[in-house]
Amino acid sequence: MLSVKEIWKSFGGLIALRNISFDVEQGHIKALIGPNGAGKTTLLNIVSGIHQPDKGEVMFSGEKIIRLGPSRIARKGISRTFQHVELFGNMTVLENIMVGRYAKTKAGFFSSGFKFPSVMREEREIQRKSEEILNYINLGHRKDEVASNLPIGEQRILEIGRALATGPRLILLDEPAAGLNIKETRDLGEIIRKIRDELKITVVLVEHDMDLVMRISDSVTVLNFGEVIAEGTPLEIQKNPEVIVAYLGEEEEMQGGYSAHP
Amino acid sequence: MLTVFLQFLFSGLTVGAVYALVAIGFNITYNATSIINLAQGEFVVIGGLMMWFFSESLKLPFFVSVALTILTAGIIGFLMERLTIKPLKNPDLLLMIMITIAVSIVLRGILMFSFGKEPYVYPAFTEGEPVNIYGAIIQQQALWVIGITGFCIVLLFFFFKKTMLGKAMLACSVHTTAAKLVGINVSRMVMFSFILSAIVGAIGGMAITPISLMEYDKGPMLAVKGFCAAIMGGIGSNRGAVLGGFLIGVLESMTAGYIHSGSKDAVALVILLVILFLKPSGLFVSKTTLDLRKF
Amino acid sequence: MKKEDFLSLLILVFFVVLLPVISGNTYTLTVGIFSGINALVAIGLCILMGYAGQVSLGQAGFYGIGAYVSSILSVHMGFPVVISTILAMGISAIAAVILAVPALRLKGHYLAVATLGFGEIIYIILNEWGPGGPSGFGDIPHFGFFGYAIDSTQGYFYLIWGIVAVIMFFSINLIQSRTGRALRAIHDSEMACNAMGLNVTAIKIKVFILSAVYASLAGSLYAHYVTFISPSSFSLFYSILVLTMVIVGGISNLWGAIIGAVVITVLPELLRKFEELDVLVYGLILTLSLMFFRKGLVPILIDKIKKLRGFAFAKR
Repeated sequence: MLSVKEIWKSFGGLIALRNISFDVEQGHIKALIGPNGAGKTTLLNIVSGIHQPDKGEVMFSGEKIIRLGPSRIARKGISRTFQHVELFGNMTVLENIMVGRYAKTKAGFFSSGFKFPSVMREEREIQRKSEEILNYINLGHRKDEVASNLPIGEQRILEIGRALATGPRLILLDEPAAGLNIKETRDLGEIIRKIRDELKITVVLVEHDMDLVMRISDSVTVLNFGEVIAEGTPLEIQKNPEVIVAYLGEEEEMQGGYSAHP
Repeated sequence: MLTVFLQFLFSGLTVGAVYALVAIGFNITYNATSIINLAQGEFVVIGGLMMWFFSESLKLPFFVSVALTILTAGIIGFLMERLTIKPLKNPDLLLMIMITIAVSIVLRGILMFSFGKEPYVYPAFTEGEPVNIYGAIIQQQALWVIGITGFCIVLLFFFFKKTMLGKAMLACSVHTTAAKLVGINVSRMVMFSFILSAIVGAIGGMAITPISLMEYDKGPMLAVKGFCAAIMGGIGSNRGAVLGGFLIGVLESMTAGYIHSGSKDAVALVILLVILFLKPSGLFVSKTTLDLRKF
Repeated sequence: MKKEDFLSLLILVFFVVLLPVISGNTYTLTVGIFSGINALVAIGLCILMGYAGQVSLGQAGFYGIGAYVSSILSVHMGFPVVISTILAMGISAIAAVILAVPALRLKGHYLAVATLGFGEIIYIILNEWGPGGPSGFGDIPHFGFFGYAIDSTQGYFYLIWGIVAVIMFFSINLIQSRTGRALRAIHDSEMACNAMGLNVTAIKIKVFILSAVYASLAGSLYAHYVTFISPSSFSLFYSILVLTMVIVGGISNLWGAIIGAVVITVLPELLRKFEELDVLVYGLILTLSLMFFRKGLVPILIDKIKKLRGFAFAKR
């Protein structure tokens, strides 16, 4: 469903990505892993349109998307979360989700200003749908709180909820478990799996928590210094000698179900 | 034909030199603070009017008047930064734009109150016959304006490249936190940048007044044109600012000469909009540099 | 619409209906009319600044287009006043698009400077090419509906504040709708808005157009009320006056625009004009409120009321 083809990207002489290609299958949870600075976030930024690649193409459902820019890519059905949480901090939890519904609704300036019945209907529908999403991610009880007051774990989950509100077919998660404790990480893993199983949304996951990655992903792509060094099922990746070499000296990244010294 | 063209060209270069100085003034504060100081035009007016005050009203000798005008402008720049920019805590962009606008209005109000609404003029720096090039008449003062602008540019170049203070100011613009870490007093650099930009503006005002007169409300239009020159050259780049300033001056003078004198003021705005639309990074700066900018 | 806003709107209507009854003198009503006209411009600027985070220094330009275009159309071409007012709003909207599309694609100071230049240029155009040049022109017809012209001060007072009430109703609904939510979201994180599929630039452009149309409407109302206009009413000074109104009232609250407009319109009347000092006085008011009352009057009042209520509840 998503296919990244021969992507090159450099930042002022520093090559961040060289010739990256991989595919994501419909309904899969795809993990992108690799040491810090391997280019994972850059890659997500390219897929979501924040950066333009120097060379290469990204196809989404058979359509070229790289030059569309972030908001049109989002409307095509790719939604995302951010490594450093980018919630609308001054708005309530519910409002955050409601903004997510923006692209799926259409009330204009004029009709909103004069409160046409169609607008009122749509507004009620946005509210209903948003509350439904909040309950789905188990944040219903927080709905009227200001988003920046939530603990980081719930902020990350709220960000996923907001991404869901746009009605995506593909969702990109940039280190959703960063800063989360063990219980929060487990809840997160459940939500990710739930949205794939029940909502049939394909997931691309950039993550350092190997325990989480190995537990929930269907396939893993490993990046190092801007290149793909391995690809396969979690089991294959765990046994891949190149991956082990890449991760030597980064043991703290590999805690959990995987050891750099087998 | 040629004579007329040259005449327009030289008068364009003369006003263009002042736009270039305003644009450089924008760059100096922008580089140190990421603020576009919208009061920049008022400093030009201050330069012209204070010079008149010292040399014509108080009848002080020329060089004393120049020195006192520069001093006055520097003090106003200093006061502006210390009284309005420094006390702001966590200012956002909108607030910073508005505060410099507010200061420009206060300055304009003070100027209007003390000088009234009529235009002021004083004699050219040197008396003497105008220069004749292929029939085009160039007043000596015009040569002064262009010469002084050139001199300022060279001086600023050496200031930023060779002196400790200049290098420190440049460092703040490249990376504020890093500058702090190596022990540069960033707040003081911001202050210097306001003083310096005020002085640069005032010098432009002193030089141009004998040619184009000066009145209290010329500031906003000078700011728009200087900003346009800065954008054209790529904001932050002094070389670009000079080219942009001359280009706008010449285009304006050609429009006034060949099309209609009333439409000359619209030229800068049209150029500004076209550049923002086509190449917002400016003609002489790459897109990546712009991306790295905070605002 | 929230309960407070509905209540405030009711109070506004109540005041508007009552004022001419209590104080029938023409002077009070005239000041009231000018307050209302300024309030329209201020509401537009308030939405632009408080919600889209952009500042315009060219509202006088749109105000001027509104006044001149609608006057010229009705005086020289015989258009009905209502039609010429609407046409003027259209022209202002087009001018706004031309300014906003280049300037708002980018972040930062660009709109501020572009609008500053725009305002100055409109001012120059009115002086050079406007009917009567710098001395302006007169005999502009009053507003009228179905052949019945409104020419009494009281009639105009009701007309203008009626329009203010409608515009306020419209604006409050707008900022509490999907669009308003999007604007608040843009304030917090433009990057996230893009990732949610919001077209950030388009929303900002629309808001800027809205503010231009409000100013244009106000300009037409002004011209057809005073029946004589000259360029001096549409200089940069007016843009700054409106900016001061919005800042003094409080940019984060639409009611601030109305309160600010009334305060800044009534103030010089109370102080018997500042004569030559007016530019300086408004500059100082603007600077000082930016530095010390950044929130503005209305939000500060709301805080006070909340605190008082807090005490009242605590006592119980």
